[in-house]
Amino acid sequence: MNAPVDPKKLIKGATGDWEVVVGMEIHAQVTSQAKLFSGASTGFGAAPNSHVSLVDAAMPGMLPVINLECVRQAVRTGLGLKAQINLRSIFDRKNYFYPDLPQGYQISQYKHPIVGEGEVVVDMLDGPSFTVGIERLHLEQDAGKSIHDLHPTMSYVDLNRSGVALMEIVSKPDMRSSEEAKAYVTKLRTILRYLGTCDGDMEKGSLRADVNVSVRRPGEPLGTRCEIKNVNSIRFIGQAIEYEARRQIGILEDGGRIDQETRLFDPGKGETRSMRSKEEAHDYRYFPDPDLLPLELEQGFVDDLATRLPELPDEKKARFVADYGLSPYDAGVLVADREQADYFEAVAKGRDGKAAANWVINELFGRLNKEGLDIAASPVSAEQLGEIVDLIADGTISGKIAKDVFEIAWSEGGSPRRIVEERGMKQVTDTGAIEAAVDAVIAANPDKVEQAKAKPSLAGWFVGQVMKTTGGKANPQAVNALVKQKLGVE
Amino acid sequence: MSVDTDTVRRIARLARIRVTDEDVPHLQGELNAILAFVEQLSEVDVEGVEPMTSVTPMRIKTREDGVADGDKADDIVANAPVTEDHFFVVPKVVE
Repeated sequence: MNAPVDPKKLIKGATGDWEVVVGMEIHAQVTSQAKLFSGASTGFGAAPNSHVSLVDAAMPGMLPVINLECVRQAVRTGLGLKAQINLRSIFDRKNYFYPDLPQGYQISQYKHPIVGEGEVVVDMLDGPSFTVGIERLHLEQDAGKSIHDLHPTMSYVDLNRSGVALMEIVSKPDMRSSEEAKAYVTKLRTILRYLGTCDGDMEKGSLRADVNVSVRRPGEPLGTRCEIKNVNSIRFIGQAIEYEARRQIGILEDGGRIDQETRLFDPGKGETRSMRSKEEAHDYRYFPDPDLLPLELEQGFVDDLATRLPELPDEKKARFVADYGLSPYDAGVLVADREQADYFEAVAKGRDGKAAANWVINELFGRLNKEGLDIAASPVSAEQLGEIVDLIADGTISGKIAKDVFEIAWSEGGSPRRIVEERGMKQVTDTGAIEAAVDAVIAANPDKVEQAKAKPSLAGWFVGQVMKTTGGKANPQAVNALVKQKLGVE
Repeated sequence: MSVDTDTVRRIARLARIRVTDEDVPHLQGELNAILAFVEQLSEVDVEGVEPMTSVTPMRIKTREDGVADGDKADDIVANAPVTEDHFFVVPKVVE
């Protein structure tokens, strides 16, 4: 929190520099079959009120029974955030009225959350990594969904989400720019997806952020913050912070004062606006839920989950650097997604790691991006790509031909080795054959040979011609050497 | 501890209970009587005593993760005054 101020991150105001301070509450939907306190499905996109039990609809006399898998998921997430796991936690009622909250309260955890302090190490692509402290993680129920555009004067309420388990992950105010905030959410999302505790799908609302923004003069105490509710994409998080910081700076520079308030981000206008109607609702009158006993866990339960935790992105990155000789940058790109990392490892197994990383990142990811495809939908399998890397390594094809082979494998499929054989794409390394081709080109172009004596750069033209007559299969280094030797240029 | 008339109005508003001005003094008296009654508990020294959450030595009940409920949208909306296509329909609430 008191790290030295980086002048590059400061925002220039009319009266000097300002530092933006950001903290976040991330609501992550727990991956589970059934809801937190009922046996209704968590499936997305079902018919209205079809995934609702009488518990979720808050019918009188219904009692909540906790889903143990949701507890395991929260503990796994806590372990993944290197956080304190609290063996005793308590569910409280957070009271407020809204039509999509049939209970009139949300079951949440207030003073005694299941997970305490932890940390997330965030890598920046163009700078050193930094650490965001985690304040706590607690389990709570999601609310239902209100739809306002189906009728001019009425709202429609669907309770399918009501009671779905959420993890609220609260960070410390450790971010100093919109870029850092975006990188934090990206990293947290990666960790959750590695753990399998949240699918991180922001479009479906599986991950939403409440963003706390304040500004101050560098070195001064924290300013008054505003909370921007329910921002649902990483890009919007960045935009909301940029807008909100400038709004606050504008007010302060005009001699005004920031009111602590809740605001909404409007993606259409790219601005935040006040949610005045919620001001009164902030009195949530938390109290322990009398329907639920304290959640008490055995240390063995936690230890068991810890031993079965998957390898996490930071560990995987370190291993890729150590075992495959990758640069931290390349390793970081590969581990950003678990499936990408698995794909890379399948290609790299028993091969040169750097060559494998190069092909996966530059050729495959480049092509997937262009087509808007996910790694899981890649037409070229790790096995095929591995074969291409092998064909280059043993000199069968040049890197240039390899790109053609990749294209064929991408659009037509098939084994790269067979593609090379059937289409005669093997690299000609036989010096005799290359020499013959060089001689033929020289003999056919006596005028250019004369010019080349005065202008050695013309050698490149001869190399091009030889590559053309050999269908690109001649080893380029060999052609280059022979052309220069025969022309007598350096 | 006692409540003033503003607090009575505030509690009523938070609970969404309509209270007329005539009701307020009467409710204030009732609330203060209840608070005075409960206040007697503060005479007991509970320094270092854990709050009791259950009178019997019970652990929280748990369930395993599996879909065992739902698919009863007819029942869910059965008591609602207005519904459409299994949605609850309520007076417009929008920020």
